[in-house]
This record gives sequence, structure tokens and C-alpha cells, in this order.
Amino acid sequence: MSMTDETSIPKRPSGFWSYANPVKFLGFSERVLPALWWLSGICLGVGLIWGFFFTPDDFRQGSTVKIIYLHVPSALMAINAWFMMLVASLIWIVRRHHVSALAAKAAAPVGVVMTLIALFTGAVWGQPMWGTWWAWDPRLTSFLILFLFYLGYMALWAAIDDPDTAADLTSVLCLVGSVFAVLSRYAVNFWNQGLHQGASLSLDKEENVADVFYFPLLVCIAGFVLIFLALVLYRTGTEIRLRRTRALQAREARV
Amino acid sequence: MPDLGKYADAVLSAYGVSLLLLALLIVWTLRQGRRARRALQEVEKRSKRDA
Repeated sequence: MSMTDETSIPKRPSGFWSYANPVKFLGFSERVLPALWWLSGICLGVGLIWGFFFTPDDFRQGSTVKIIYLHVPSALMAINAWFMMLVASLIWIVRRHHVSALAAKAAAPVGVVMTLIALFTGAVWGQPMWGTWWAWDPRLTSFLILFLFYLGYMALWAAIDDPDTAADLTSVLCLVGSVFAVLSRYAVNFWNQGLHQGASLSLDKEENVADVFYFPLLVCIAGFVLIFLALVLYRTGTEIRLRRTRALQAREARV
Repeated sequence: MPDLGKYADAVLSAYGVSLLLLALLIVWTLRQGRRARRALQEVEKRSKRDA
């Protein structure tokens, strides 16, 4: 087989993997970010105004049902943000793409805010409905542990100077924390006890909330997903620029 | 403004705190991004000049 055979020529990554190139990733995020900011603003605005002003009270829960438009989307994103970080961490571990490690790092503060919103709205909803702000219920407890994992993950990134070592160690932490992300989602099914009810939304239509709450809730969920994507794309771009700045400064210092 | 009845405090605090947290996250993210962009531009300008 000759050396000029096409199998011996290294191929440039194409499709999804080509975005591991920071320049290509930045170009892509610059193109899609304006649309993402606008769409997320519109969905959040429409969904929350619809839910807050134009939906009726629930016959049992009264006006507290309006908290669902914040609580369910934020809890959903808190868990899914961790899964996004898990996928990005696995890509870093397997393929060593810096952009994916930086995307995981960028998603953590967004995830922690989503978790905080879910915990807070859950507490103020729980107080009038369950008679307590907090209970050591399986779902609530696993959610609190997920919140602590988010804090630990961010602290670990901040504590280690070498970015590759930080990416390695935080990836391992992310793998471990995924247990609690799964538990936050399925604790109600695993242990049929505690105060928290099952899914509010499901592909199984029988489990869904009533249509009058369901449609504005879907719009709010779309808003939370889009704002998460916009924030993570923007923050990943920031992390790429910070990394490049540090690399150039290190080169300057050597000269 | 809808009549929130006896649960007004719970509903309003949930909305107030959540929107505040989201707004703080967005402002912090945009500020950090602008600072990073400026810092990179300065360093790139310097390294081009030195080259």
C-alpha cells in the first residue's frame, strides 16, 4: 500500500466533531446566539405571563399552582444540565476535546441557579400545601445533594490551576454526581414514599396536569431550555477566550 | 393583577426570587463575557505588535 493511499491521510473532523475546533465553535455560537436570546425571552415572557395572569387557580391548591411554571422547568433543567455536563465530561475523557470540558464548566453555574430556583420554589410551594418548607423525602434529599454536587464541581474547577487536571478531576466528580441526578428524577418511582408526587408531565398522557396548566407549562419549559442553551453557549465562548488569553499571556511571560 | 388570595406571599416570593436569580445569572454571564472579550483583544493586539 502506497503512502499516498487515502487511508494514510489524516482526515479533518467533520459534522458534530468539527465543533471541537474553538474557532469553529465560536463562529457557530455567534451565529445562533442572537436567535436563542430572542426565542428564550419570548418563550419565557409568553409562558410566565400566560401562566401567572391567564390561568385559573387549582380547586385544591389555589393560586399556588402558578408556582408550577417556575418549579417544574427549573427542576427539569437542573437535572438535564447535569446530564449535559456528564456527556461533555465523557467526551473530554474519551476524546480530549477542550471545548467539551469548557462547555461542562460553563454549564455548572447555570445548573446551580436552576437547582436553587427549584429548591426555593419547592419550599415556598410546600409550606402551604404540605405544612412544611422541607422534608427529608427521597426526591427532595437527592435534589439537595445534587445542589451540593454542583457547588463541589464548581469549587473543584476553581481550586486547580492546571486546566487539564481540573477537567479530568471534575469529569470524574460529574460521573459520580450523575447518580444523584438520576435519583432526583426517579426517586419518587424507586421509593414510593415521601411527600413529593410523581411526574407532572409525561409522555403517558394519563399522568399530565390539566390542559389549562399544561400548555403554558410547555411554553415555560421551552423558555428554560432555550435560556439554558443560550447561557451555556455564551459562557463556553467566554471560557474559550479566557483560556486563549491565559495561553497568550504565558507565551508573553516566556519571551 | 390576579387575585392570589391567601397564598399571595408564596406565589409572589417564588416569582420574585426566581426572576431575580435568573436576571443576576444573565447579567453576570454577559459582564464576564465582555471582560473576557476585551482581555483577549488586548493580549492579541500586544502579541501582534511584538511579533
